[in-house]
Order: sequence, then structure tokens, then C-alpha cells
Amino acid sequence: MANGTTGVDPKLLEILVCPLTKGPLRYDAAAQELVSEQAGLAYPIRDGIPIMLVDEARKLDDRAR
Amino acid sequence: MVIEVFDRQIVRARRERAQIGFARHDFLFREFGARLAERVEDVSRRFELALDLGGHGGILGDALLAGGRVDAVVHCDLSERFARSAHAPSLVADEEALPFRDASFDLIASNLSLHWTNDLPGALVQARRALKPDGLFLAALFGGETLVELRACLLDAELAEDGGASPRVSPMAEMADMGGLLQRAGFALPVVDQDRIVVSYPDALALMRELRAMGESNAVARRTRRPTRRATLARAAALYTERFGRKDGRIPATFQAFYLTAWAPHPGQQQALRPGSAKARLADALGATETSGGVAVGRREPDAKN
Repeated sequence: MANGTTGVDPKLLEILVCPLTKGPLRYDAAAQELVSEQAGLAYPIRDGIPIMLVDEARKLDDRAR
Repeated sequence: MVIEVFDRQIVRARRERAQIGFARHDFLFREFGARLAERVEDVSRRFELALDLGGHGGILGDALLAGGRVDAVVHCDLSERFARSAHAPSLVADEEALPFRDASFDLIASNLSLHWTNDLPGALVQARRALKPDGLFLAALFGGETLVELRACLLDAELAEDGGASPRVSPMAEMADMGGLLQRAGFALPVVDQDRIVVSYPDALALMRELRAMGESNAVARRTRRPTRRATLARAAALYTERFGRKDGRIPATFQAFYLTAWAPHPGQQQALRPGSAKARLADALGATETSGGVAVGRREPDAKN
């Protein structure tokens, strides 16, 4: 079953990149997001499940960058 | 540029909906998943980290772990419900835009999912890049003769009832295309073969209900948005029973899966020799006398030198 709400599996963090740019992601543990600075997108993590879809990502505004 | 055959939003929505009752309709996924897992067991090496690509909740991934050659599996699916129903680690990802670092996996295995991609060549390239050198790619996808009976009956019913036809069932990839696709995606040692399962149903309507429950119903982007008329469905069902019905009154439905097997290139693999690099003559090996076979097309004759 899903891995609870404690965050994302460290093994996953090692291998995940932005699906759009294939660039690196920054893990924001507080916001539960994987942030792609290059794409200007933040991918949500829901209950430990990264949602790596561009359609589901939050657009970063300039301040947040 | 990729032609959009399938509406991926619809594929995703169909899958989200299907997950709820999937356990009652997942037998084809279990069957082909078990066959894929057996193939991995036949490879005499260990796979440290595998990806279950488009895993529908991880039927194949679980079988891989049980098989004993795979140490850990990452599961991904286009549907969040399926991603949640799988063992961790699991994520939501699109086969057409994979979110994995190059050289992450020792094995990428995909069970009946890649036939929904618009850009299969692109998905294969991304899978190959996500594999470590000498990593194994193994996939089963529907194609060829899949639902050949249903396709024919729906087409004829629609022509008769509605005076025209629209795409109701996905276009199917052909086996002959697959080897070339793997090669162009940069894989080494590609092998393509196929398997067929014939399932029986009470009638065509039951078959179509099951396809919906599997998340495999029509997601062709240019499908007609209006639902198929009841009269058309009834005629298709009647045609199906008339043409294909068995003595016991049930109907058969063909599912054909192609298996794609290929490896991420590695210098240690067996390599094809360069043309002209032979060290022995074929004629010697055959104990025959070598005779000239004439002039090769496009090559200049030796005595036509300037």
C-alpha cells in the first residue's frame, strides 16, 4: 500500500528528474513538492506518491523561484 | 511531430475509473504479467532495481519480486489510484514523459500498457535511456489480431445502422513494426514474439463491459463523442454471435500480445560484425568452389577503371 504521509522514498528521490526537461529536482519536504527550477514547475507529492505529470504540476511564480 | 491517435487524458480517466473494480477484471494482466515474469526468471542474472512501467497497481512488479531475480521494484502508472494501490515506492508518471535519471534501472518491464502511447518510439527511447548499460527492457502490449472479431462487427453494424463508420477500437500495432522500432530506439539484440489468448464471453455486450472495466475501452482522439446508438450495439452483438458464436452460445474474443525484449547497449554484448570483416571464406566452410555471382548492383566493375 501507499507509504503513508511521512514523505517520499529516498530511493525514488535519487532517480527522479523533471519529466519535461530531464533536469534535476529539488525536494521541498515542507511543501511536499518536487521543484524543477528549469521548467518552473513544482510536482506535488501526495501521501508519499510523486505525481510526475506536467498537467498536475504547480507553476512557480517569480517570487517563489 | 507526433500524431495524436489517443487522447491521453481519456486514457488516464479510463484507468482511474477502472481501478475501482479492477481486481475482478484483471485476469489478462495477471496472465501476461506471469508470462513476462517467467521470462525474467529465465535470464540468468540478478536485477537490482526494476521499473514496473504502467503497472496497473503492480501485478507484474509483485510477480518479479516473487520470482527472486529482482531485488527492488519501482512502480509507476498514469493513474493515481493505481499508483496508490501498488507497493511503495510508487509514483504517477506518463510513459511518454518519463521522470527518471539516465541509467537508473537494471530492468524496465511493462505489462499491457504501451499500446496506449501516441509516441511509442519516443517512449522506447526514454526507457532505453533510463536503463543502465546492459539493462533489460521487456514489454507486452496488445496489437495485431486483438479484438479482431469485435472490430469487424462494430464496423459492419455501424455501416448498416448509421451509414458510416467511426474509430471505435484502437488501431493495432503490427508485429513486423516492432523490431525496427526497438532498433531505432537504440536497443541492442531486439527480439519480438507474440502470444494469443482467446477468452469467451456470453455475448459482445459482456465483452465491451469487460473492456471498460479493464480501462481498455476506446480512447481514440478522433472517436465520435456521441455514445454508440443502442441499435448499433445490438446489431454488432447479433453479428458477433452469428459469425463467431460457439456451440455453447458463447462468443470468443482474441487478445494478441507482442513481447518486446531488448537490451541497453553495452560493449560486453555480442556484436554483429562489420560487413567485409570476415576472416574465413564461406566457400571454405562449405567445402565449395567460389564462383563469381556477377556484378553487385551499384558497384563499379573492376575493369571499368579509368
